[in-house]
Amino acid sequence: SYLISFSFQQRIEIHKLRQGDNLILGFSIGGGIDQDPTQNPFSEDKTDKGIYVTRVTEGGPAEVAGLQIGDKIMQVNGWDMTMVTHDQARKRLTKRNEEVVRLLVTRQSLQKAVQQSMRS
Amino acid sequence: MSAAMDTESTYSGYSHYSGHSKKAHRQGRDRHKSPRSKDGSRSEKSVTIQTPPAEPLLGNDASRAEEGQDDNWGETTTAITGTSEHSISQEDIARISKDLEDSVGLDCKRYLGLTVAAVLGLLVFLTPIAFILLPQILWRDDLEPCGTVCEGLFISVAFKLLILLIGTWALFFRQPKADLPRVFVFRALLLVLIFLFVFSYWLFYGVRILDSKDTNYQGIVQYAVSLVDALLFIHYLAIVLLELRQLQPMFTVKVVRSTDGESRYYSLGHLSIQRAALVVLENYYRDFTVSNPALLTASKSRAAKHMAGLKVYNVDGPGNNASGQSRAMIAAAARRRDSSHNELYYEEADHERRVRKRRARLVVAVEEAFTHIKRLQAEEQQKAPGEMMDPREAAQAIFPSMARALQKYLRTTRQQQYHSMESILQHLSFCITNNMTPKAFLERYLNPGPTLQYDRDRWFSKQWTLVSEEAVTSGLQDGVVFVLKCLDFSLVVNVKKIPFIKLSEEFIDPKSHKFVLRLQSETSV
Repeated sequence: SYLISFSFQQRIEIHKLRQGDNLILGFSIGGGIDQDPTQNPFSEDKTDKGIYVTRVTEGGPAEVAGLQIGDKIMQVNGWDMTMVTHDQARKRLTKRNEEVVRLLVTRQSLQKAVQQSMRS
Repeated sequence: MSAAMDTESTYSGYSHYSGHSKKAHRQGRDRHKSPRSKDGSRSEKSVTIQTPPAEPLLGNDASRAEEGQDDNWGETTTAITGTSEHSISQEDIARISKDLEDSVGLDCKRYLGLTVAAVLGLLVFLTPIAFILLPQILWRDDLEPCGTVCEGLFISVAFKLLILLIGTWALFFRQPKADLPRVFVFRALLLVLIFLFVFSYWLFYGVRILDSKDTNYQGIVQYAVSLVDALLFIHYLAIVLLELRQLQPMFTVKVVRSTDGESRYYSLGHLSIQRAALVVLENYYRDFTVSNPALLTASKSRAAKHMAGLKVYNVDGPGNNASGQSRAMIAAAARRRDSSHNELYYEEADHERRVRKRRARLVVAVEEAFTHIKRLQAEEQQKAPGEMMDPREAAQAIFPSMARALQKYLRTTRQQQYHSMESILQHLSFCITNNMTPKAFLERYLNPGPTLQYDRDRWFSKQWTLVSEEAVTSGLQDGVVFVLKCLDFSLVVNVKKIPFIKLSEEFIDPKSHKFVLRLQSETSV
């Protein structure tokens, strides 16, 4: 027997909220290729330098759209986010002229749920 | 050259007795053991219960056990008596002759060695002078005149002889501090070397110069100078062989005392076993706490209780099934459920508490006593001449207030036989004279000190025997074990070689110390 690892991905569409002069998404990110991956509490593999969602504000646009804490962001509007620096990630999410961002996220709980259902 | 020679062996002491007269030897030891036990503080003799066919138990069980094992013990093991006194005075000689039967032979040999060495040294020293003077005396008229060169050589001979004299005095003129069982190999070698050397020079001189009445005086003087030079080189060789070679540490020895397991480690260089034993004994008096037989009674009574409840009855008739019986005893003792470990634990905890309480009382009493004494300054001494006391009187004045607490403490820690009232008073006056605090006065009583601290007649260990399976003049090797026995206990010495150390180097460029920050930022978007 051998182990098959799944990565199920979910597409989430967030509509930005205007607050004064800024457009906010309502979550916080951590990670990046210039950061220390061992301090990431959400990643399963501690060498993973991807961008993770570290906090989701209640009632914000991200929570409404279904983003959860601990999600790893793989793409933003088609741009790859697995090999970017922290600042590049921030910039890609906060472009001024975009009102909608489409994220491709992957979630550990998804993986575990699928594994459990496959076992039973 | 060398005057202090402790080369001669006291070998004939014991090994004569080993083969034939074991019984006489044993009785001799028992005979002189009894006057020593007048204190009553000697260690109890433990009695080992064996099951021999029909022999009475003797008092000296240790030697009996050894002799029972191997009949050739006397021949194969080298066990020789030596003393470790500083110098032998008249009463020491009398005492030694009371203990050993052939002490007259021993001392004669020792003094013989000394006189031989002294005579040889004198001869060696006077030889160059003789070489120079004899032609002048015997055939002065035939000699060629030899001016400034000879005078220069005379001066150099004189100064070299002076240097040789001072060097010999520094190296060899010492109080003999120990009497070693066997010849000190290097010293003997050096003596032989010097003797051969001087003998060959005299031979050459006699044949070539005296017989033929050589007239070349400068040559003769140069010959004498060469002798003195060679003697200086031999002196250098003596320094290297006797003093320098053993300075570099090559071995680590572990010394364990057999009664209570106290152990120490020492570093030694290349030494023979007997010299290593000497070093160990010198350090023993300074490093090991004094051996106190009273502290061992607790474990002995426990051991006695283990075997007390078991008796062996021989129901199968008079067959000597000795090993079977002792094995049965051991098995029975192991199966018996005894709670002696509990006893030990509570007894020790209790003793600890008692000691600490008495110690607290003692410290308080001494501190209080010391507050009654005040030192008078010089100008105050003129003002109040009436009540002045010298240290001894001051000590006697404050002693009664602390005497009881001190005595109780000493009794609890079983040290009372080491400190007489006179010695305590002396120590107290010593401390008062030197402005010591109560704590400094008490350090001598609170911790057992090394053997040197106590009176000589409290040392239970003055006469030592070196027991070794290898020759005592052979050098130390890795794994050599020898035992230094005195009457009450023995020191087991285990020799280990210091391993060959491979040291390699690694160079670190100071500029290569670089660091990065470990970032973990979180940005809200």
